Amino acid sequence: MRKEFPEYDDLYCKYCFVYGHDWAPTSGLEEGISQITSKGRGSTQSLVWNFPLDITFKSTNPFGWPQIVVSVYGPDTFGNDVVRGYGAVHIPFTPGKHTRTIPMFVPESTSRLQKFTSWLMGRRPEYTDPKVVAQGEGREVTRVRSQGFVTLQFSIITKDMKKLGYDTTSGEQAPATRLAGTEQPYRS
Amino acid sequence: MSTPSDLRDKLRKKRRALQESLGKVKDDTQALVPSDSDVTKENERTAVEKLTGRGDDPGETLRRSLKAQRMKKKKKLLEEMSMEGPPEEEMVNEEITAVQELQHDQEEHSVETLAEEGRSVRLQRDLPPLPVARADSSLSESSMRQRMREKLRVARSKAASLLQQEASLEQPSHLRGPRDRETLTRFDRETDLDVHEEESSFAARVKFRDAARKATRDKRTETGLPTEEEAYKFFTFNFDPEPQESRRKDRAKKKTRSTDDEENEGEEDEEEEEEETGRARAREGEDESRERDEDAPLVRDEEEDLFIIDQSAKDFLELKKADYIGYNRRVLREREIFFTPSTRPVPASCKLPENVQPRYLEDEGLYVGERPPVALSNQNILENRILKEDGGKKWFGDDGRILALPDPIKESSSRPPLYHLEEELDPALQTVYRKPLKSKYVNRYIAGVGDTQGDYQLDVDVSGLIFSHHPLFSKEHVLGARLAQLYDQYLSRQHKNLTCLLTDKLNGLRNTIRNMLELHSGEGISHVTQQRIAEYKQEVRHTRQLRDTEQEKDRTLLKSIIKVWKELKSLREDKGCTNTPYKLYIRREEIQRALDEQEQEAEILAEVAELQAESEEDYERKLNEYKRKHEEWKSWKKKQKTLKKKQKQRRQQSQDVDEEEEEDEHSEEELGEEPVKPEAPEKPDIAGLEQQVREKAAKIRRKPGEPVLVPELTASNPITPNEACPRGEISRREDVSKRSLFVKVLYNDKEVSRTDSRSLNMDFRVHFGQIFNLKIVNWPESIKLQIYEGVSSSSSLIAEVCVPVPESSVLTGSTPSEELEFSSNQRVTFNHEGVGSDVPVSFTNDGSNIQTLLTSGKLSCCVSWAVGEDDIPLAPPSTQHGAGMHSGLRQMDAIACIGASGLNDMKRLGKWAAESRLDPNDPNNASIMQLLSVASGGEVVAPDYFRLEQLQEEFNFLSDEELERSRRFRLIRLRSQEEPEFRNFKTIPATEREISEKVFEEYDRRLKEGEVIDTKEHIDAHRALVAKYLQKVRESVINRFLISKHHYILSDLVVEEEVPSIGVLGLNLFKLAEPKRPLKPRRKERKKVTAQNLSDGDIKLLVNIIRGYDIPIRKPHTSKPAAGSKGARSYTETFTAASTSQTALQASEWPLGQPVIRPFVEVSFQRTLLQTSTAEGPNPCWNEELVLPFSAPNGDYSTSSLQAVRDEVFISIFDEVLHDVVEDERERGSSVHTRIERHWLGSIKIPFSTIYMQSRIDGTFKLGTPSVLLGYSKERSLGSEGGYDAIRSLSEGTFLTLFITIEPQLVPGDSIREKMKDVKFDTQEVERLLLACEIFEKDAGQRYPDRPCVTTVVDINGKTVFITRFIRPLPPPQELLDAFPNNSQEATELVVRYVSLIPFLPDSVSFAGICDLWSTCDQFLTLLAGDEEEHAVLLCNYFLSMGKKAWLIIGTAIPEGPTAYVLTQEQNRYLIWNPSTGQYYGQHDTFCPLQTVGCLVNADNVWFNIQLYATPIRMSFDVTKPKFWKPFFSRSFPDPGLSSVQPEDLVYRRTDKAYAAELQDRIEKILREKIMEWRPRHPTRWNRYCTSTLRQFLPKLEMSGGREVAEEHRLELQSLLGDYRISGFPLHLPFSEIRPIIEAVYSTGVHNVEAPNVEFALAVYVHPYPSNVLSVWVYIASLVRTR
Repeated sequence: MRKEFPEYDDLYCKYCFVYGHDWAPTSGLEEGISQITSKGRGSTQSLVWNFPLDITFKSTNPFGWPQIVVSVYGPDTFGNDVVRGYGAVHIPFTPGKHTRTIPMFVPESTSRLQKFTSWLMGRRPEYTDPKVVAQGEGREVTRVRSQGFVTLQFSIITKDMKKLGYDTTSGEQAPATRLAGTEQPYRS
Repeated sequence: MSTPSDLRDKLRKKRRALQESLGKVKDDTQALVPSDSDVTKENERTAVEKLTGRGDDPGETLRRSLKAQRMKKKKKLLEEMSMEGPPEEEMVNEEITAVQELQHDQEEHSVETLAEEGRSVRLQRDLPPLPVARADSSLSESSMRQRMREKLRVARSKAASLLQQEASLEQPSHLRGPRDRETLTRFDRETDLDVHEEESSFAARVKFRDAARKATRDKRTETGLPTEEEAYKFFTFNFDPEPQESRRKDRAKKKTRSTDDEENEGEEDEEEEEEETGRARAREGEDESRERDEDAPLVRDEEEDLFIIDQSAKDFLELKKADYIGYNRRVLREREIFFTPSTRPVPASCKLPENVQPRYLEDEGLYVGERPPVALSNQNILENRILKEDGGKKWFGDDGRILALPDPIKESSSRPPLYHLEEELDPALQTVYRKPLKSKYVNRYIAGVGDTQGDYQLDVDVSGLIFSHHPLFSKEHVLGARLAQLYDQYLSRQHKNLTCLLTDKLNGLRNTIRNMLELHSGEGISHVTQQRIAEYKQEVRHTRQLRDTEQEKDRTLLKSIIKVWKELKSLREDKGCTNTPYKLYIRREEIQRALDEQEQEAEILAEVAELQAESEEDYERKLNEYKRKHEEWKSWKKKQKTLKKKQKQRRQQSQDVDEEEEEDEHSEEELGEEPVKPEAPEKPDIAGLEQQVREKAAKIRRKPGEPVLVPELTASNPITPNEACPRGEISRREDVSKRSLFVKVLYNDKEVSRTDSRSLNMDFRVHFGQIFNLKIVNWPESIKLQIYEGVSSSSSLIAEVCVPVPESSVLTGSTPSEELEFSSNQRVTFNHEGVGSDVPVSFTNDGSNIQTLLTSGKLSCCVSWAVGEDDIPLAPPSTQHGAGMHSGLRQMDAIACIGASGLNDMKRLGKWAAESRLDPNDPNNASIMQLLSVASGGEVVAPDYFRLEQLQEEFNFLSDEELERSRRFRLIRLRSQEEPEFRNFKTIPATEREISEKVFEEYDRRLKEGEVIDTKEHIDAHRALVAKYLQKVRESVINRFLISKHHYILSDLVVEEEVPSIGVLGLNLFKLAEPKRPLKPRRKERKKVTAQNLSDGDIKLLVNIIRGYDIPIRKPHTSKPAAGSKGARSYTETFTAASTSQTALQASEWPLGQPVIRPFVEVSFQRTLLQTSTAEGPNPCWNEELVLPFSAPNGDYSTSSLQAVRDEVFISIFDEVLHDVVEDERERGSSVHTRIERHWLGSIKIPFSTIYMQSRIDGTFKLGTPSVLLGYSKERSLGSEGGYDAIRSLSEGTFLTLFITIEPQLVPGDSIREKMKDVKFDTQEVERLLLACEIFEKDAGQRYPDRPCVTTVVDINGKTVFITRFIRPLPPPQELLDAFPNNSQEATELVVRYVSLIPFLPDSVSFAGICDLWSTCDQFLTLLAGDEEEHAVLLCNYFLSMGKKAWLIIGTAIPEGPTAYVLTQEQNRYLIWNPSTGQYYGQHDTFCPLQTVGCLVNADNVWFNIQLYATPIRMSFDVTKPKFWKPFFSRSFPDPGLSSVQPEDLVYRRTDKAYAAELQDRIEKILREKIMEWRPRHPTRWNRYCTSTLRQFLPKLEMSGGREVAEEHRLELQSLLGDYRISGFPLHLPFSEIRPIIEAVYSTGVHNVEAPNVEFALAVYVHPYPSNVLSVWVYIASLVRTR
């Protein structure tokens, strides 16, 4: 997992999964928090977490396909822990290795004054629940500002998909009642 | 028009210029006089000229003026660009205000002025500075001038005074007059560029300016403003030093500009001035009427020039500083210009003619349509604006409104309908199809460019060109060229040798015929052969004719060659020089004469023979024909004769036969046509034939024996050198040598290269010999060669030659160059020997033989694909090429190129196809044939509809029915519809068969049996109906708010810190100084969590039990009964006693060390039980936190579902009683064996919804204790102080201090409530009232955000109703009043009790989080369910009807939160009634649950609490004091007299006693079963005796209202059941459903007694009150036999 936030340092990220009613995690942690990472010395200046996470889902219905929600936090100039970005992406459908780069964003303050005071007090606007970024409902009331990217790498294994009539692979693949998404982001 | 800023600029400029001139003129008028006279003279002259000019040709003038206008525009632009200069005062403003009525005109003028200004500036630029020293005037003239000026002055002053009145009278058309004239004259001058004229106009302008200045000055003095001059001087005192020369010029320019401006700016002034001067100079004999004539001013112009005061160049040196106008001044001026229409309504008197009353057509009974709504303010603005204009009143109708159509809005759209019903499209709207045009520059790239093989090269070889005619040809050249041409023709003919060919053919045919005849000589010729011979003969004839013509052609060609050559020769001789190298040799080929003659003769003979045969044949055929015809004729004649005979006979025989018949016959005969008598054909003239043949032969063939002439053209003739040529020829040759030619190569219409320029040779051949290699990327579409001819440097296109794009097989080296002909129709003539082009030329000396020749020639070039180094052709592959060509062809519409205009004309296409006989099998024609088949097969059926998803059906992989049948799909659909049964259905099975039908059973049943209510659960049929009704209301209301539920606001999604106010900041700063760990920590606000993303176990209920007060203490069994505690008790006394009741606890009765009580608290929520540790004493302190898990129904943690949670938190206090159960006394010393019993002392129940809505509950609550608590005593001081203290304050009781909250803190449903405000409810209130409500509430909310303020409420129909409408005196049931006819207090209590017995059902539960719905009292009594508001309203209404002063209190209380109480005024005290519990509190009662008082409501008004404090103890309830209470209806907004929504009277139904008894039995039975159920491991024994005792006792409790019967009752029991230790209590509940009763019983925990010998007693009593209000008493007790 890698992140490109040009001006921030010492960030950590939280992740959680959002999935539909028909989905259930069978193993792995649904939510987690990574270590703090510092800016690389190299020319890329990217922040690298190399934080592996592993989760397996099962489902009876592709509706509500799981999404990973990543929210990044880090200290601001005054040392307050503030949010640096939210982002979400669907877990890839097809088995194999995938790299996804998620654009990150943060909600904007409602006014300049708010912005200033929130900056001053280190209490930036945050989503009441990061999971809303994976949903459409109610998002129209928020205004956001983009804030860098997070790169995730997935290694996906699916099982018995074809048995249920869902063909997600191009060629002949092992088929699925159970879908296992393994996510192993590392430095790309 | 220019922009306003431009305009202003201009105005400023003008003003400045004017100012300048003013100063200057004053300075020295005298000095200028001499020059003036001169100028005037000049001016005079020109003016006259102009006049005459105009008189002559008005058309010309018009044209000129138009031109001038055009020029103006141009100039204006120039002027604007060149404009600079300091800002100047806006002097013009004054003028404009003076003529405000003409404002618009003026503005127009000023704009046009710009144009003129620009022009004048331009003029000035071209001109030298004013000629000052051109004075050649006489003194006398000047003195006369002086006099005239004096006169003028007088006139002017007069004019100025008149100006003001007349200015306004000026007609706009008249105003334009002078300007137009100006335009004309100026233009004239400009074209002439006459200095003098310019001067004159200038002088005229000065005069104008002067006049205007005066006028304006006068005006200003009149208006009393500081004059422009003064102001100007004030602002422009300083001068910037600048180079003199440039300044001069500048000045001059400005001057002109200024004068120019002046003219226009003060147009009225000018005009007036002119008139005035004219009048003053009476000798001119001009009167005003004449002056108004169009031409008159011009004349005057000239005249007035006599009085011109001009200035010297010195004046131009005046410099000024930048002007500045103070803001206020500017505003003032602007105010003068600008008009801001007010929005106030225009009085009708202004809009109508004076003394006319508005006439309203409606009043007269006429129908007047309703106009569309227009904002009143807009209408007022428009009216004001119109009124401001001249004649604005005409816009108003009789009724004082703006005239308009009854309904100006057009009903139908102004856009014409596209489609008429049956017709075609309107022709005007017909779509015009244009073929797509390919952009010239869009290139189709050859695929594969960039690959190695994508390297294509075209070689264009331009080898040279030959002119067949060139303008520079001399006559000899022309002849030579013709000779060459003829020779070429001859050669090509010779090459083909058609004559020979045909002769051979002819001979062959003849032979064949001869052979055939010979073959069949003996026998008769068969028919077939005959026919064949005839055919051959035909062929022979045809061939012969062909041969003859060919021969003739050959001969004429030869002849003409010779003729041309002869001409050439003679020309050469004539001219004496030779220009062309042509030389014709004619070779004679001698032929043996005899042989030749023989041959010729034979030929002729053969021909003659043939001709003879033919003619004979012909003759015979004709003869046959003749014979046949002759026969016919003969027979006809015969017939005729016989007929005639017959007729004769008939006539003779029957004279009297009908004439008509005769006539008929006659006509019949006549009808028979008389055939022409054929003439016999002539015998063919054989001799003549021969003669003919011979003649012909002589003409077209050489004579026998004549030698064969073979012409041979050579270019060997020496050309005469230049020196020997005549003069014309030399110049021609020179001209030729000047000429040079080159060829441009255009590829795809782009020039890619050109050849070197080659000079033209004498022989008019140009050799280029250049090969251009074109590396191409784009598809070749066209290759063009353009031939240019140049004389010295200039060159002109002669002709253009298109070269076909070569096939890919055409490669360089293998292609011969092609000769492409070109020609040009340019007309060229020369005055030398050159013949020119497109010019008739005669070649003979006598001028005959005229020919017209065009430039033409041949270009020899070659275009081919190059060959690469390794012999690979650099051509695109043929397939690709083909594709390219194909697409190239595609471009051209196959049909378009044949003339049919497009696909839309099917008929023409069909016709064309039929005409051109297309091959239907040719694949090239396939598309056309297909089109034709469509066309011929009938009309193309175009659908007359448009479908968006045309393939929708194709994509339906299932029919809808099948989809419906699918259980899985249905499940998914129902879930997404959020049907309650499926709302949170997890993991819908993947396949259909895994879903059982059972899943839907419940849902289907609900749908089906929605109407039927199962009475089992509800017991009471009436209540079932109520429940059903409530359900329906709930559903409808929920539907109404479904949309807004999905509406999010920012705070739902984003947590954002609020902007701290100063106060908060200060507090924060203060906090910095705060100790980090304070000794008395306070609770801090926690982060709120939206409920939607939670799951089971996330939410916990935190209950912090802090302490208890006044918990009943145990009573020893032996204690004596208290003396008569009964007495006349009234609440009035209660309060007097309240202060003294707090007496010290007397624990003397208990032996030391024996605990009075060991209470603990048990909290039960959602069947989870938790308890605190046991404390001791009646005032225990636990300070313990209990954490109870919370799970939402269906695991749905959405706000709405949480708000619908009906679970309650039961907090009960128990006494832990230890019983020594050691049976054996001997073991007492060694072992402790006790049994713990717990006795219920009281409980509080708090609905979860309250906790959820309030997010925390913090405070001291009164415990609901049973009125009788067997074995316990609440009367602490009973023993010692007896009767006095027995009269306890009602507020006394058991209290518990609690803190309850939910962890994590959930966002309460308030947000939804807030959103509700956005939703507009239907209402019947007037808008004004609603607006006032809004303001009132907003204001209140801002000042006291914590005080609830309610003015409008939503009734059960979802309509907004003003709150006072709910208050109306309503009589309580009569039987309640009758119960205590003499004691009003008792009656009051009974009424309160009655109200409190109506079941409580919070709105937030019934209408999940939507809003407060208020039902009227009758609805409330019918539904028998409602929350605080309904109870309070009912109680308030009862109180009012009982003659009390009562108000509704809107406030907050614990634990209910926002609630409604009732306030009554009793004598001098205020009482606060809790309507849902029936308790009352004094204003100064510390334990009053009412915490905040927001507002008071009665039937007349609403008062909002604006006191410092909101707690009842610390405030005044005197609503008459405006300092404390802010009334809604005040003097400024009086009560409009709102009618009540309440019914006039309430109808009470008597409740069936039998029904109550039945219910009583049922409840008892159910409870018994339940208790046995709850004790699954122990036998439950019922003590019948006790039960019956209790049953008797319950009605007494009901009668007494549950008070003060306890002690005697206990004693009674004691006596009855001496051996038992009884613990038990009566529960009192209002009846709504059976479930709450069961819950209440369960929560007491009586069933938990586990003593082996325990017995139970249970009694239920249901007391009916009117309208089905039932009071339920449950007496439950456990009995343990002590012995």
